[in-house]
Amino acid sequence: MKNPVLSRRHMLAAAGGIVVASSSRLTVPAQAAGLAPTRTMRGGANNYRPGAPIVDRIGGGGFTMTGRVRRAGDGMLLSGQRIQMWAHTTEGHERDADSHGATLTDANGEFTMDMPQIVPAFGQAHGHLAYDSGEFKTVFLRPVMASSRDTSLHVEFVLEPA
Amino acid sequence: MRQLTAYQTFRLVIWMAIASAIAFALMTSARSPLLQWRDPIYQLASFAGIGALVLMIFQPLSAVGFVPGFSQRAGRRIHFFLGVAVVALVIVHVGALWVTSPPDVIDALLFVSPTQFSIWGVGAMWAIFGAALVTILRRSLSFRYRTWSRLHVALVSVAVAGTVVHIALIDGLIETVAKIAICVVVVGTLLVSLVRRRRRT
Repeated sequence: MKNPVLSRRHMLAAAGGIVVASSSRLTVPAQAAGLAPTRTMRGGANNYRPGAPIVDRIGGGGFTMTGRVRRAGDGMLLSGQRIQMWAHTTEGHERDADSHGATLTDANGEFTMDMPQIVPAFGQAHGHLAYDSGEFKTVFLRPVMASSRDTSLHVEFVLEPA
Repeated sequence: MRQLTAYQTFRLVIWMAIASAIAFALMTSARSPLLQWRDPIYQLASFAGIGALVLMIFQPLSAVGFVPGFSQRAGRRIHFFLGVAVVALVIVHVGALWVTSPPDVIDALLFVSPTQFSIWGVGAMWAIFGAALVTILRRSLSFRYRTWSRLHVALVSVAVAGTVVHIALIDGLIETVAKIAICVVVVGTLLVSLVRRRRRT
C-alpha cells in the first residue's frame, strides 16, 4: 500500500529543500547570532608598524581610503575607533614610516584618509589596514584594488569584543 | 645572394619571432611606470626575474643543439653556463625581494602568501634548484644518463609551467601583450625541444 506520509515525491522534495537551503545560506549558524566578525586577511600584517600617528593625511594625498567600522553581532556603528593604514604608493614603500598613518572613525563609524596613490607592489595594487586598539580583537586587512588605476578603496571592519 | 631553403627560412622566422618577443618584453619593462616608484634594490629584483625568464628561453634550445652557429658540444657548454646564470638570477630575484619586503617573501617561501603567483613562483624556484641539483649530484649519486635526463626534463618542465603562471598573474613591469608573447615563446621553445629530444633518443 502507498504510504501517504513518506511518498517518494515527499522524500525528493525534502532532499531538494535541504540542498537549496544549504547552498543558499538560509541556515548559516555563524550568522544566526547576527553580523559575523571580519577575519584577518593573509599577509595583512606585513610591514605593520605599531603605533602609527594619527594624521590629517598621509604624504601629499590624492587617493582616498574609506571604511566603516561596526560591532559584530548587532552591527552597531563604532565611533572614535583608531584605524591604521599603509601601502606602497607613489611616495614610498610599505616599510617606510612616512607611508603609515592612522585616523579615527566619526559618529557614523566611518573614516576617510587622504593618502598618496597606491601602486602595484609585489604583483598587486593593495593596501593594508589595522585595528589594534585592544578594546576589540585585532584585525589586519589587505584589500586588493580591482584595478591599479582606481583612486579609492573601501573596506569594512566588523569587530569582535576582545 | 645565397638562396635560403624552406627550412632555413622557417628557422630564421622563428628566431626573429623569439628575438622580437624578448626585445618587446625588455623594452616595455624598462619603460614601465612602476619603476619610478621602486627602490634600486626592488628594480634589481624585478629585472633579475625578467633576466631569468629570458634565459629560460635558451635553455632547452641549447640543450638540444638548436643554437645557430654553435656545435652540439658548444651548445652543451652554453647550456651549463646559462643554467648557472638562471640559478644565480633566481637567487638575486628572491634575495632582493627579501630586502624590499621581508614578510612578503617569508610568506611566499612558506606557501602562505595571499597571492597565488608567489606560490607558483616559489614552486618554479624549487624546480629550478632541483634541476640544477640533480645535475650536480649526477655523478655522486651515479644516476644513469636516462634517469638523470628524465628527472632534469621533468623538473624544468615544472619550472617553466610555474614561471609562466607566476608571470601571467602578476601586475608587474612587463606589459600585457609582451607578457603573453614571451610566455608563448618560453613554453614553445620547451615543447619544440622536447619533441626534438624524443626524436633523437
